[in-house]
Amino acid sequence: MSKELIRLRDITMEFDGEKILDGINLYFNDKEFLTLLGPSGCGKTTTLRIIGGFLTPSSGDVLFDGKRMNDVPPYDRQVNTVFQRYALFPHLNVYENIAFGLRVAKLPKAEIQERVHEMLGIVGLKGYEHRRIESLSGGQQQRVAIARALVNRPKVLLLDEPLAALDLRLRKDMQNELKRIQQTLGITFIYVTHDQEEALSMSDTVVVMDKGRIQQIGKPEDIYNEPKNAFVADFIGESNILDGVMLEDYKVRFFGRTFKCLDAGFTPNEPVDVVIRPEDIDFVPPEEGHLVGTVTSVTFKGLNYDIIVDFRGFKWLIQTTDHQPEGATVGIRLNPEDIHVMHKSEYSGMFGDYSSYSAEYDELTEDADHEEE
Amino acid sequence: MKKNRSLLLSGPYILWMLAFTLIPLGVVLYYALTDVETGKFTLNNMAQLLQYLPAFWRSICYSVVAALICLLIGYPVAYYMSRCGAVAQKFLYMLVMLPMCMSFLLRTMAWVGLLQDTGIINSLLSSIGLPTVEMIRTPGAVILGMVYNYLPYMILPLYSVICKIDRRLVEAAEDLGCNGPKVFSKVILPLSMPGILTGMTMVFVPAVSTFYISNKMGSTETILIGDIIERMFKQGDNANMGAALSLLLMVLVFVCTGIINRFGSDEEGSVIV
Repeated sequence: MSKELIRLRDITMEFDGEKILDGINLYFNDKEFLTLLGPSGCGKTTTLRIIGGFLTPSSGDVLFDGKRMNDVPPYDRQVNTVFQRYALFPHLNVYENIAFGLRVAKLPKAEIQERVHEMLGIVGLKGYEHRRIESLSGGQQQRVAIARALVNRPKVLLLDEPLAALDLRLRKDMQNELKRIQQTLGITFIYVTHDQEEALSMSDTVVVMDKGRIQQIGKPEDIYNEPKNAFVADFIGESNILDGVMLEDYKVRFFGRTFKCLDAGFTPNEPVDVVIRPEDIDFVPPEEGHLVGTVTSVTFKGLNYDIIVDFRGFKWLIQTTDHQPEGATVGIRLNPEDIHVMHKSEYSGMFGDYSSYSAEYDELTEDADHEEE
Repeated sequence: MKKNRSLLLSGPYILWMLAFTLIPLGVVLYYALTDVETGKFTLNNMAQLLQYLPAFWRSICYSVVAALICLLIGYPVAYYMSRCGAVAQKFLYMLVMLPMCMSFLLRTMAWVGLLQDTGIINSLLSSIGLPTVEMIRTPGAVILGMVYNYLPYMILPLYSVICKIDRRLVEAAEDLGCNGPKVFSKVILPLSMPGILTGMTMVFVPAVSTFYISNKMGSTETILIGDIIERMFKQGDNANMGAALSLLLMVLVFVCTGIINRFGSDEEGSVIV
């Protein structure tokens, strides 16, 4: 991870007076797997389309190797795209779809044949050369789309929610496949998704976006463990977010108690958001607990139980393998490393309360995300 | 159960087809193979068909030319329409349909009024001191009449096919290195092929059997097979010969549309006539 390939400088994008992107500054390194992650309408696809050349930003610069590319059309850029729902050519068979870019570039026939066959091998579609596109399954079409882009040996591959149309099992397989292809070929991948798990498991760098702004950039572990604000904490995984006061370095007060923590560098007595991940919490007998509450709901999730516990009117989500019956009184202990403190932001108070939690909630939001763009 | 119901629902039309298409076709065949005087079986009518070959050939040539001109005019219009906003699309669609709401005879007569030797165009020319031009009674006038009358049949299928072409395919082609003209030749044109074939067929079939246009806008030099058939029935009182000509025309239409569709055999869109 060394050389910088692409840089976006102060990119702003407006449609009909509405700001879709607001001051995006971002750079992409050679051979990096970078993911733009965010909910519907956060501007991630718009960002990708600006890099691909399908949109010209209202203001700001797009730089490739230091050269300004704002007005260079897509066909003159050294990037290729894997489109949402693939956009394969229905009038061409698998071979011709993959060969399309090479034919446009007027490469010798022998070379085209060699490179298409090499690609067919990489994506595991040998023997499918003469199949019609509509006779392929979703996963196979996905592979053709990837091969069609990669056969041109771009420096950068743009992927716009490439796995959104696949079922869960296939999605997992393709995630591994994509990561393997990216590492084998040593190409920069810029990947757009709303699926946080996908982003965390595949990426070198994750860029979390919302409302046209970058909320946080970092390695997957950092994004998960050190979220910058309530939005990131809530969007990446589940979080209980509480109001607190940072008394001094390594000391935070919430729920009327003072806890030790690992955070420092806040002004004394600064109001803060406190994040506690549901899987970091362990139950103890009530008399040993820092906090004592009542179990209000238990949902079996396969790997663990989702247990909602009411602590003085504020409901927490706790993920644990210990079953607790509904109505039980439980205690919890919080270790310093379980507590993460964040500065207040515009998102404070919007997330992290599980009072309206229901088991279907996850699925509902996921469905809504599929409607995107 | 389901099959029975669909048979029941399509029953009326099947009966209609039988009574008014298949049986009359048999009657045509009977007439074509019987003598006009005696009513006995004869191949005489068939043998005489040869003398009308020039008119057949002319009809086919004019119709093919008319269909090609319709394609050249219609494609850009259809393409433009498909790129307009929803309101403009509806308005343009209506404009294309509008001439079809007017009587076919009236439209053709209007062209006669425009083109004839003492018509509007020539009157204008002579009023500004230019020599008049003979426009009526030429092959060009007949083809013009065909193009004018059948152009909507070209535009509408083209428009509906081009509308359905996914915009993202254009982006994909651009992404893979195609500039504007290449996007057109490698993606848009091949994907419009079904519309082109349907349009060609929809213009060719009525044009090849038309009779009124050449009668009014052409001369004896441009007489089309449709006119000859009409004359056989109305003036010549030789319905048997007319039936034989109709039969041959039908066969030729089948052959020609077959050829048109052969162009698209490797494409998806085969056209049902």
